[in-house]
Amino acid sequence: MTDASTTRQNNSLLAAIRRRPGLGVLALIFPSLFWLVVFFFLPLVIVFVYSFLKRGPYGQIVWEFNLQNYARFFDPLYLRVFARSFKIAGITTAVCFLLGYPMAYWMATRPPRWRNTLLLLLMIPFWTNFLVRTYAWILILRDSGLVNNALLGLGLISEPLPLFGNDLAIVIGLVYGWFPDMVLPCYAAIERLDFSLVEAAQDLYANELRAFARVIFPLTLPGVVAGSILVFIPSLGAYVTPDLLGGARSVMIGNVIQSQFLSVRDYPFGSAFSFVLMAMMLVATLLYFRVGGRTL
Amino acid sequence: MALSNAIEIRNVVKRFPGPGGASDAAVVAVDHVSLEIRDGEFFSLLGPSGCGKTTTLRMIAGFEHPTEGEILIHGRPMGLTPPYQRNTNMVFQNYALFPHMTVGRNVAFGLQMKKVSKDAIERRVQEALAMVRLPDFGPRRPNQLSGGQQQRIALARALVNRPELLLLDEPLGALDLKLRKEMQIELKNLQKEVGITFIYVTHDQEEALTMSDRIAVMHQGKVLQVGSPTGIYERPNCRFVADFIGETNFLSGVVDGQDGDVVTVLAGDGLPIIVEAEGSYARGTQVTVAVRPEKIRLLPNPLKGSQNSFPCQVDQVVYVGTDTRFLVRLPGDIALTVRAQNVISTPDPSGYYSEGGGPVHAIWPSDAGRLLTD
Ligand SMILES: Nc1ncnc2c1ncn2[C@@H]1O[C@H](COP(=O)(O)OP(=O)(O)OP(=O)(O)O)[C@@H](O)[C@H]1O
Ligand SMILES: [Mg+2]
Repeated sequence: MTDASTTRQNNSLLAAIRRRPGLGVLALIFPSLFWLVVFFFLPLVIVFVYSFLKRGPYGQIVWEFNLQNYARFFDPLYLRVFARSFKIAGITTAVCFLLGYPMAYWMATRPPRWRNTLLLLLMIPFWTNFLVRTYAWILILRDSGLVNNALLGLGLISEPLPLFGNDLAIVIGLVYGWFPDMVLPCYAAIERLDFSLVEAAQDLYANELRAFARVIFPLTLPGVVAGSILVFIPSLGAYVTPDLLGGARSVMIGNVIQSQFLSVRDYPFGSAFSFVLMAMMLVATLLYFRVGGRTL
Repeated sequence: MALSNAIEIRNVVKRFPGPGGASDAAVVAVDHVSLEIRDGEFFSLLGPSGCGKTTTLRMIAGFEHPTEGEILIHGRPMGLTPPYQRNTNMVFQNYALFPHMTVGRNVAFGLQMKKVSKDAIERRVQEALAMVRLPDFGPRRPNQLSGGQQQRIALARALVNRPELLLLDEPLGALDLKLRKEMQIELKNLQKEVGITFIYVTHDQEEALTMSDRIAVMHQGKVLQVGSPTGIYERPNCRFVADFIGETNFLSGVVDGQDGDVVTVLAGDGLPIIVEAEGSYARGTQVTVAVRPEKIRLLPNPLKGSQNSFPCQVDQVVYVGTDTRFLVRLPGDIALTVRAQNVISTPDPSGYYSEGGGPVHAIWPSDAGRLLTD
């Protein structure tokens, strides 16, 4: 009896979905939609609203609409932070590509039975906590660190090299941190590449270099674009790496936002800053996709 | 044109490391192959899957290098010359058109790499597209083409460079039967028109017979026979070739005697078969007589003279459209397939030629059979 009635209920539900296919889609996406709204969209709305409010004398929120927070962004101090962040993220992305693409190419052209092992070897270091790995770089790069001690000990240098507490250290830390994010999409693109196209290019008088420039690289560009975005975006917003490896003068956007929220307790300005950062990431991503998309 | 050799393959061996790496026994893909292919010839490499056709072609193109022996193109030893320095072009089985370029840029690719002037490239690309009868397809993308059109563009992309040799690896393999037949004729005509040497790889014997000036039949890395389509079909030199090309009856027996070029072979329990053969055969030699089913006739009465004529029993009659196939049994339980063209529009399976009917005589002339010693 109950069986029959539930069946009938199910049937009427199915019938309803059949009458209006939109319902079925809604039923399917509801869980993820709920998740997105509660944990992603709502916080974003809160931050967005905050960015137009004012900080009270004790760090509280004063409900008074104004655009001051966005105007402050044009302070040369903050513009310099933005410029440096873009430069560091750009260099990080370029270095990741220059090191990562050849590595991805090499991995993807090994016999298939080796490839998964190589991927695993690439991933293993990243099972360690990010903070711990970044601390390890302090031990390597600082004046009395591994590199400088070794070079001093060998008598190759008389003064420690300035490897730590500057932009160089940040780039090293970021390249290390996001390297797999460049390698994996490039690897996927190269592995999918039909190498008979490369042979066709060589058959049509293209030497190795030109076959690469005219066929291999253009066809794996989507992987490069994806990898670049995956490296550039988190590098631009990084704050742990510059905090630990950069010096007092090497501040990035992420550190400004962090200090606005945690030490200065100026939530509205921190929110405005976050939004400017997000807008720039969006523009950068769209530009990149358009450039990548056109050549494809 | 003088009959110079476009290509000479001298005793070439190609070994690949075995699947288990260097320690494993090597795979011998090509085994002491020697071939001479003439200028302007349509030459086919024919053989079953895995016989080394593609490997041979790839060695000519320069993608693989012979383990032993050498390859000469127009008299020049190729050695380790890379593909981009060889004046050969290849049409790949999957066409390998560049998906990120338009059809026009695909066809222009080789000329661009050779640094031909812009004007000349434009003109020659147009000519090549016209030649394959797709003149307006330049701006399209390869993924906007049908299989047959892709095939033609691949052909245009190779021919536009006016190579010394065009290498084709089963270029029609992906097309449906009807289109394949059309393209066979088109390819053959195109080859006559441009006069370029074609080396054509196929496992389809009918395709090879239709298109080629000469055919090399390969098996397990070896070339078994080289000859014209009629030569290969009518005078196979071994059991494998006779079996692979067309349909054949094999009648094994021992040589009983020889009178000039006519040999008598005793098949089964003493059925005397006469067959013309070159050379001399000692009495008692184990041999096989190969007879094509369409060379055997079924008649109600026996025939005398220089013919084989044996009474037989019809076991099965199979109507296959153009032909009817009869499975008959000769004295001594020797099975034989006979093919008769259906000249009359409604073949009458009753009477003499019906299953279990008879008596019927299977008849073929002595020069219809082929004496094989393997
Ligand atoms: N790169 C390679 N490494 C190892 N073995 C190979 C390699 N290429 C070909 N072989 C082997 O060499 C033999 C001949 O291969 P080939 O591709 O020349 O055959 P084919 O005649 O073209 O066959 P098909 O009609 O199936 O294309 C096969 O046994 C194949 O497994
Ligand atoms: Mg092949």
